[in-house]
Amino acid sequence: MSATFTFTIDGKEIKGQPGQTIMEAAEAAGVYIPRLCYSKDLRPHGSCRVCTCMVNGRPQAACTQPAAEGMVVENNTDELQAIRRDLVEMLFVEGNHFCPFCEKSGNCELQAMAYRLGITAPKFPYLWPDRSVDASHPEVFIDRNRCILCGRCVNASKDADGKNVFQFVGRGEHKRVAVNAEANLADTDLKGTDRAVAVCPVGAILVKHKGYATPVGRRSYDQKPIGSEIESKRK
Amino acid sequence: MSAKLQADIKEICSRHGNDATRMMDIVREAQLKLGCVPGEAMELIAAATGTKRVEVESVVTFYAFLSKKPKGRMVVRVCNDIVDRLQGFDEVAAAFKKELGVGFGETTADGLFSLEQTPCIGMCDQAPAALINDEVVTSLSPDAVKKLVADLKKNPDPKTLAHRYGDGANASELVHSMVNNNIRQKGEVIFAEMAPGAALKKAVAMTPAEVIREVKTARLRGRGGAGFPTGMKWEFTRKAAGEKRYVLCNADEGEPGTFKDRVLLTECPDLLLEGMAVAGYAIGAQLGIIYLRAEYAYLRRYLESVIEKRKAANLLGKSILGKAGFDFDVRIQMGAGAYVCGEETALISSCEGLRGDPKNRPPFPAEKGFMAAPTSVNNVETLCAAARVMERGAGWFAGIGSQGSPGTKLLSVSGDCKRPGVYEVPFGTTMADFLKLCGAEDAAAVQVGGPSGQMIGSADFGRKVCYDDLATGGSVIVFNPKRDVIEVARAFNEFFCEESCGYCTPCRSGNQLLRERLEKIAAGKGEPSDLDYLTGLCRTMKVASRCGLGQTAGNPVASTIKNFRAAYEKKLKPAADGLQPAFDLAAAVSTASEIAGRPSVHAD
Repeated sequence: MSATFTFTIDGKEIKGQPGQTIMEAAEAAGVYIPRLCYSKDLRPHGSCRVCTCMVNGRPQAACTQPAAEGMVVENNTDELQAIRRDLVEMLFVEGNHFCPFCEKSGNCELQAMAYRLGITAPKFPYLWPDRSVDASHPEVFIDRNRCILCGRCVNASKDADGKNVFQFVGRGEHKRVAVNAEANLADTDLKGTDRAVAVCPVGAILVKHKGYATPVGRRSYDQKPIGSEIESKRK
Repeated sequence: MSAKLQADIKEICSRHGNDATRMMDIVREAQLKLGCVPGEAMELIAAATGTKRVEVESVVTFYAFLSKKPKGRMVVRVCNDIVDRLQGFDEVAAAFKKELGVGFGETTADGLFSLEQTPCIGMCDQAPAALINDEVVTSLSPDAVKKLVADLKKNPDPKTLAHRYGDGANASELVHSMVNNNIRQKGEVIFAEMAPGAALKKAVAMTPAEVIREVKTARLRGRGGAGFPTGMKWEFTRKAAGEKRYVLCNADEGEPGTFKDRVLLTECPDLLLEGMAVAGYAIGAQLGIIYLRAEYAYLRRYLESVIEKRKAANLLGKSILGKAGFDFDVRIQMGAGAYVCGEETALISSCEGLRGDPKNRPPFPAEKGFMAAPTSVNNVETLCAAARVMERGAGWFAGIGSQGSPGTKLLSVSGDCKRPGVYEVPFGTTMADFLKLCGAEDAAAVQVGGPSGQMIGSADFGRKVCYDDLATGGSVIVFNPKRDVIEVARAFNEFFCEESCGYCTPCRSGNQLLRERLEKIAAGKGEPSDLDYLTGLCRTMKVASRCGLGQTAGNPVASTIKNFRAAYEKKLKPAADGLQPAFDLAAAVSTASEIAGRPSVHAD
């Protein structure tokens, strides 16, 4: 094992190992850096930008930036939290999210992040995009209204399932997740048990016949804010 | 599935070795052959190249010059950038609509013409301009459009359009274009004569490390805008671990108002290829790729002929100039209409046959670039300057320009000036002197560095063009006192909305949010708090965006608010009742009123 090194996050000394990103080293030390597109075991996508930290005074995404000896990382500052609020609000207003009756409510990482960051209502105007729903598949449906373009399904389908069911098409505001077929999810080889389905952080890819299975109060983020599971490891 | 389609796709794919990394060439040729890349073709391409249909679709839907739906035999793309708009875009667009009988985004019933709008095609010095397939038509007027369309209806091949030829190599047999160079001022670095091979001879007499040292001593920095020291980039690339190495030439200038690389590619291709070979020698690369923007396809055959000539002269190919082991070839990779591909990692993605998404950094291209090999991506002008550094020496080069910015800079000037065109000026030239040179003494505002640069007013005209002050990739757009800076900011914002790749949140969403608020202000419904709102939004985009495009996309808005605040304030009014002036209660309840069958008691 190669030697560990130290760097700081908000003044606290963190031990890092060669090859670790800032995100990974922080997590191992019980320091939570807010994130949405990042998911352990998947290659980092770096698209949501919620994990943006100041690294030696320059903004960097913690999920893609390797940790290094002597690095000075700022994470929990007022400015960065304000930028993160902006980013999470952007994801809300550029889609059509309806928390009160979404099957994912209480287990949704976007909703939980908004609560953690103290967002009550966005300052940005809703953009009301026209997005499509694909309910053709017997086990799974896609609601692109609730998609945050995090790329988890794309990478999990490719790397974990070995299938390439999903990929992004279009660009800019027209970018969306497409399926490997003329039009319908039913015409792909996706299974409800695929990793690509399980990794969706929001209510965009959902398994059918299972909605609202967990009672309010026992859902993932009912009791403690998102990130608590990491912070509880802090020594 | 028709046998013809199968045969066509099979032929195209096999000509590119059924290689998925050549996807750009494959889908471009399919588009050319079929007028679109439909689902069936994607299926066939995926099968032939061993990828998935959705992967092909992701590429086809990314680039503006590719489409899933059929296009007309001739696609007319009218340039709608800000300079064209100021110089008659509306009239020209109306003329095209009238003569063709279709609107933007439509195709004529006979399948002959599709009419589209496109961002800057690099012809701001001869606006209004348009592309008809690969042909460029410039200095358009409604009368010219009328004649053009009549000619094309008679003979539906844009290549046969009768027109005068432009100056220099534009008139050469392989270009035959009406484009003019408009070189207004020649300097000693770029626009001076050089015998082919003069720089390479000096280079091969040195070791690669000595070549790099020479470029470092000259303190040559990247001319594309970011200004990274070229010698250092070459050194990193040379020292990085890897079997193969690559030199990529970024000829994807797409920043509205930039057209200097167009002129370099037309008039100085030898100098450019000389620079690429010097770079190849220095870093130990065997292949160079010129990533040529789709809008400059009219220069492709000409550039290929120059490459061939240099091969014949042993200035490219095996054992260049007799130096054993120095093998270096160059090929051209065509783009397909995406400004973001001028960002170096997006350019690499595109060369690899992928969507033009920028890549996560690190690793940087010098370490893992094209096909994960060490790669140096350099701007056209940088490579030209590097060749000159080799020919004339670092000491000579460092003596030109200013202390922190040696050498000269090409500026492409357009807008409200008497002499639009390309100027080679030494770094350190003040904006005021430069405005005099191009005949823009009455300038009220100047956009320096294109939309991702900054808009400055007369208070800043004493500032100098150099890396430490007014940094620019080369675009200078002049606006006279009658122009509305808010409209300019809106046009640039529209450009970024169109050209954002959509990968990261702040750029994808932030540009849309800027657009919403600018529209509100332009409609006279702005309120004073909107300026802080916009400034804050630009700040979030700058800090959080993933690549240079997103980080600078808010600049037109932020810099016009900073330098032309009064223009905005004139349009803003605080609401007398303290409520939101943009909120229209009657409109908000109109649907409900309709359903209820009676007007709202609140909405009058």
